[in-house]
Amino acid sequence: MATAPMNAQTNAPATDTLLEMRDITKTFPGVKALSNVNLNVRSGEIHAIVGENGAGKSTLMKVLSGVYPFGDYSGEIFYEGEECRFTGIHDSEKRGIVIIHQELALVPLLSIAENLFLGNEQTRFGVIDWNLARRRAADLLRKVGLREDPDTLITNIGTGKQQLVEIAKALAKDVKLLILDEPTASLSEKDSQHLLDLLLEFKRQGMTAILISHKLNEVKKVADRVTVIRDGQTIETMDKDDVTEDRIITSMVGRTMEDRYPTRTPNVGETIFEVKNWTVHHQLHPERMVIKGIDLHVKKGEVVGIAGLMGAGRTEFAMSVFGRTYGTNISGEVFVHGKKADTSTVGKAVAQGLAYATEDRKVYGLNLIDHIKHNVTIANLPGVSSGTGVINDLAELKVANEYRKKTNIRSSSVYQITGNLSGGNQQKVVLSKWLFSDPDILILDEPTRGIDVGAKYEIYTIINKLAEEGKGILVISSEMPELLGICDRIYVLNEGRIVGEMAGHEASQEKIMRAIVRGEEKAAS
Amino acid sequence: MSTETAAPTTNAAKASAQAAFKENLRQYGLVVALIVIMLFFQYMTNGILFLPVNLTNLVLQNSYIVVMALGMLLVIVAGHIDLSVGSVAGFIGAVAAVLMVDYGFHPLIAGLICILVGGIIGGAQGYFIAYMKIPSFIVTLSGMLVFKGLLLWLLGGRSVGPFPTGFQMLSAGFIPDVIGPLVLVPPTLNASGNPMPNTGLVLHTTTMVIAILIVAAMLYFALKSRRARESHGYDAEPFALFVIKNVVLAGIILFLMYKFASYRGLPNVLIVMGFLIVLFVFFTKRMTFGRRIFAMGGNEKAAKLSGIQTERLTFYIFGIMGMLAALAGLIYAARLNQATPKAGAGMELDVIAAVFVGGASAMGGVGEVAGAVIGAFIMGVMNNGMGIMGINIDWQQVIKGLVLLGAVAFDLYNKKKA
Repeated sequence: MATAPMNAQTNAPATDTLLEMRDITKTFPGVKALSNVNLNVRSGEIHAIVGENGAGKSTLMKVLSGVYPFGDYSGEIFYEGEECRFTGIHDSEKRGIVIIHQELALVPLLSIAENLFLGNEQTRFGVIDWNLARRRAADLLRKVGLREDPDTLITNIGTGKQQLVEIAKALAKDVKLLILDEPTASLSEKDSQHLLDLLLEFKRQGMTAILISHKLNEVKKVADRVTVIRDGQTIETMDKDDVTEDRIITSMVGRTMEDRYPTRTPNVGETIFEVKNWTVHHQLHPERMVIKGIDLHVKKGEVVGIAGLMGAGRTEFAMSVFGRTYGTNISGEVFVHGKKADTSTVGKAVAQGLAYATEDRKVYGLNLIDHIKHNVTIANLPGVSSGTGVINDLAELKVANEYRKKTNIRSSSVYQITGNLSGGNQQKVVLSKWLFSDPDILILDEPTRGIDVGAKYEIYTIINKLAEEGKGILVISSEMPELLGICDRIYVLNEGRIVGEMAGHEASQEKIMRAIVRGEEKAAS
Repeated sequence: MSTETAAPTTNAAKASAQAAFKENLRQYGLVVALIVIMLFFQYMTNGILFLPVNLTNLVLQNSYIVVMALGMLLVIVAGHIDLSVGSVAGFIGAVAAVLMVDYGFHPLIAGLICILVGGIIGGAQGYFIAYMKIPSFIVTLSGMLVFKGLLLWLLGGRSVGPFPTGFQMLSAGFIPDVIGPLVLVPPTLNASGNPMPNTGLVLHTTTMVIAILIVAAMLYFALKSRRARESHGYDAEPFALFVIKNVVLAGIILFLMYKFASYRGLPNVLIVMGFLIVLFVFFTKRMTFGRRIFAMGGNEKAAKLSGIQTERLTFYIFGIMGMLAALAGLIYAARLNQATPKAGAGMELDVIAAVFVGGASAMGGVGEVAGAVIGAFIMGVMNNGMGIMGINIDWQQVIKGLVLLGAVAFDLYNKKKA
């Protein structure tokens, strides 16, 4: 405390420490989000913070950046040797602390240059100097290795490049401590690599960074030290040399994770789902072919993966099959249980026994302002109503409770608003919704994106159970280890074509990558 | 919560009871706000507000706003807006007048034609909104101009009326007292032997019988649904809360009906209104159709991917809105007993205000039929009370505007705190 007899100088941290957060406690009405958290970041290091969703990582960063102003929390923050009491994000940015949030804060219909200097406009006598802005923008883009015209609109570049623009934006503010919240969550393997390399390059130039991540392999790759947070408390900080995935996972979940993927003995039956010569054109640019004649099939009780880079067309394929919710000029045939099936609207697809759980649960999956009960039944309201469309309240409540238990949704009751659930529990609500529509074939698009290790394991368990019940499951994922861990068979998709198919036990990351590269060579020749 | 898990049951039960209470808290708050406002004006108008004749007037004055608020609630929950309802109501009033007065149509046939035309107007606007993806603000703004213009064209600057008596009964009529009046205190007679106004107490017996039947039915269904929940092991709300809620509600209904009964009985239009309110509550709370509207308003993309035909749903919603606007136009014309070129002007704003005061969210996905009805009456009581107090129309507007802003601000403040 500032009023304590011991003054700040004797209490000040060691000199190579850039940032020290001491005994940070932050409470929300009814919840203690952080309790006595300590964080020590050395000058020039990359410091990773890992923890399950809802562990308090983002809250801690919001305390640091002044989103929660001084007085809103208890504890002390020392930065560059002095105590800081930020009252807003402007205060912390002035000191060179810049945070890049998981949800990118770019304006889609403004240009790269305009976004780079948003709130930090390059002015002369109060008037924006566009030549200066463009020149500086070009400089910054070069630094982050992004070859784009500064006048390009944000909406016209991919997520990977947008992430780089965010970083360039941070550089424009003379950043000393860069905080990245899940920067690679929505990036492809290739873009993630580039981003991590960039981070290492900045480190060589003396920048300090805090990296919040779920992906343990990338933490291992770039971090000098790792701090694990669990349930709003610091569990431990370990040095690079001591870091192993097992140790991190043990700290994160508070128990040893024997196996990250639950085991299952496959019991594969006859083919229940088949797509033949499926071709799809781009939604907005009909002359561009996005899916170029895909053939694939799923058998009863089989978990089939679709691997591929971002932009390979995996989601586009799934959505075009599921009620033509993506694309134009769609051609090809779908067979369910050997019979030709009409899946041209979502209603028809569901009636054929298809379900599609989206990769973006917040935008496409849930009604976030409504509670669990209503979200679970919405895709199959006839299942809880009379023929005339009158909902049976009690039947609905029973169904919601049943699926809440079945998928282990952690909530106070089925009346909890889904927007207040953690990512993992939200995903379980999405799964419940589709399970209740009683499909034979489930297409799961990035079922574990942005959710923590413990919840992932639960999702895998659900997938296994469904396979054992004889359903066919198609899993789309950008995380190759996940596909290798749970799939019986894996298709590799690249630029709208299937470029490889392999049995799960024969597959490896190298094989998948090789298939992609070979496919690219073939397409080029 | 199921009773299968032993220890956490009581906790979870408490939590879900609390959730149910919270869910209804807003509604209780609205009812309390309406009562407080009514008591305030009762005091400020020296007791005029609660006079049977004034309460009856209050219903008649606001009936067309309430009718449109029901449809507007669906529209706003779906994430849209309809600015055309005032003009459409005015236009339909003119159509009714031309049909009945100029061409001598039977009121019933003319009324049905009008509601059909309203449905077609709403459906046409819905088509542009749902299938052409033109924002509802723009489509209904042009609808507002178009039908305002058509109203002027159709009437050619004149007022058309009066309507046949049968049609006037829609707004000016009362249900017949089939049982016969119950004289509690005989009224004083004047020199010519007629009863003097505001003396004596004669009850419209049929109205009181209907009141008691309504209260009995309400309590029966409330108890039945409570039993059903309990017998399936789901905790209902605490018994004390249940009793208080229903006793207060029954008391309010009986009190109001008693007031109506001591004037001329139930107005016909209140029967129409009451029927529509019950229908729309059932629609939104218990039917898949209503549930899908909320799902669409909450997240249209997710609703679409859940198999909801969002285009068709939007189309229907605007069709329903058009029919209700037509009915409101008929009620309004019957009340004035003529169709005027100014009919319906600005009415859409009162309707939209009622829905927002009633707690609907401008973002869509949130709203209650009961809230919209109470919202309409909050605005209506303020109009009525301020009118009796002799507050100028200019200041009435200012105060109503501030109440709308205050109500929504209070709502958002509460949500943030929660």
